[in-house]
Order: sequence, then structure tokens, then C-alpha cells
Amino acid sequence: MPLNQSFVGRTYPPTPPYTVGREKIREFAAAIGASDPAYLSPEAARALGHPDVIAPPTFPVALTMAAGGQVIDDPLLGIDFTRVVHGEQRFHYARPVRAGDQLTCVCVVEEITSRAGNDFLTTRTDVSDVDGALVVTVWSKLVVRGTNETTKEGPDASR
Amino acid sequence: MLPGERLPARTYRVTRGDLVRYAGASGDFNPIHWSERAATAVGLPGVIAHGMYTMALAGRALVDWAGGADAVVDFGVRFTRPVAVPDDDTGVDVVVGGVVKPAVEEGCLRIDLTVTCGTDKVLGQARGVVREPRPAAGAGADAGAVR
Repeated sequence: MPLNQSFVGRTYPPTPPYTVGREKIREFAAAIGASDPAYLSPEAARALGHPDVIAPPTFPVALTMAAGGQVIDDPLLGIDFTRVVHGEQRFHYARPVRAGDQLTCVCVVEEITSRAGNDFLTTRTDVSDVDGALVVTVWSKLVVRGTNETTKEGPDASR
Repeated sequence: MLPGERLPARTYRVTRGDLVRYAGASGDFNPIHWSERAATAVGLPGVIAHGMYTMALAGRALVDWAGGADAVVDFGVRFTRPVAVPDDDTGVDVVVGGVVKPAVEEGCLRIDLTVTCGTDKVLGQARGVVREPRPAAGAGADAGAVR
């Protein structure tokens, strides 16, 4: 059952603001083994011209994965979550995420394709600050494996 | 960094404990990243690392090479093979290599990454765009991109 193509272009409501905390950034940096002072020390971050500590490049996924649930769990789209694997991921940054940011996510279904019995769903999440300025754009491509499992792509299965 | 330059590879050791820690920090509690039973039930060889954890390790290399945590402008990967993480004290090594390419954006460089675990290429089409290194401290304005 291929995914409903009419969902392409659908935009979901903005998520409530997520306040980025210094200690959350510290926790994330420690979890990936990153020790750059700009993640940990407000002084080091200020020396680079930022008002507070900045987050590692993949930190936005801590927000966008939850926001993407709006799409993945949409009963009208009808994704079987047990067959979803993570195919691709991309971030484009207007600036680094930093402590004190209040970030809102808007998810858009950008593309739905089918190939060899598998569906491919690309979502774009625009992450903006409290002034509405874009901070980072995040693309996730999910593979919904067909019941006939011969896919070569996305065996990560992490989503 | 100049186009064509091969960047020094980075090796990151990954253990089960790292996955548990990453699950907590990222909020991704999918049990295939901590439960052998859950992983094998969906046909995986065993517990595998979060794809986003592997991408985060590649991001560490990118930041190291770029010489600044805020230098990354764009970063994208394709997840091609899982990183199976054994339940022992040794874990597995993820190796990240990079080659500098000319970038399309002014003042930026592209870095193509090769991310492997054993003989498996675990990320494909992995590339970052980074701002060119700032001038050394005291060398003037930090508007950057002076070459």
C-alpha cells in the first residue's frame, strides 16, 4: 500500500517552543564525546561571537525527531512504524543552535516516492527562533519497507 | 585546508554504554539500540547504533577539521549499513576520513566524509560544507573567510 501522494506539500502546525538549555547541550555533547569549549563554556562561546553556549551540529534532532512524530503518527498518512528505517538526514544551518533559544518546528512533507516496493518519505522541518528567524532546516528521509523485504537502503532502522 | 587535501582520519570507539547514553541525551529510545531481543526480532544482527549517533561522530570530525564548532553550514548523510555494537567492553571502532572539495558557496569548503566500521561503509554521500577557517586570533576582524 503506497503512501498517499496527496500528502506532498502538507504543512503541520508549529510545535510549542522548545527552550534550549545549557545543561541539555552539555549532556548531548558528553553523549557524543564532544568537548569543544563552545559547547560547555559561555565565555568560550562569547569569544566566537555567540551570546551563550552553542550546540553540536546534530543537536537539532533532539527537537525535530519529536516534531516529526506529527507526520509519522498521522493516521491519515498511514505509516506502519515497524517497517520504517532512517534513510537520509541533512541539516542546513543559518546559525548554530544556542542555549536560551526558544525553537519552534514546522514540518512539511516534501516528497513521497516509491521504488521496488518501498516508500520513501522526505520531511523538511523548519526550526525557527522566537522572532521567527530560521535557525536550521532539517531534512529526514524515511524508508517504509515493503512487505517483500529486498531493500538495499536504510538498514539503520533507527526510526 | 585546500581542495584535494586528505584530512587526518578520526577513530571513535562505540560501546553499548555509549548507545544508552545517547538514547537518553537525544530522546531516541527505540529498543533496537539497547535490547538484543528487540533488535533480532526485526531481523537485525544485534543491537545497532543510532544512525544519528554515527552521524554525530562524523560531525565531531567535521568540527575538528573545520576548526570551529560554529563553522558547519551544511551536513548531510545517507545511512547505508548498520553499526552493530557487541555486548562487551571493547565495542567497535567507527573511522571517519575526509577529503576537501571546492565548495559552491563563497568562503566555504566542502568536505566529503568516508565513514566505516570494519569493512562496512556505514554512511554514504556524507558531506559537510564548512566556513573557511577564521584568521588566527589577533589577525583582525572575525568576519572570516580571508584567504
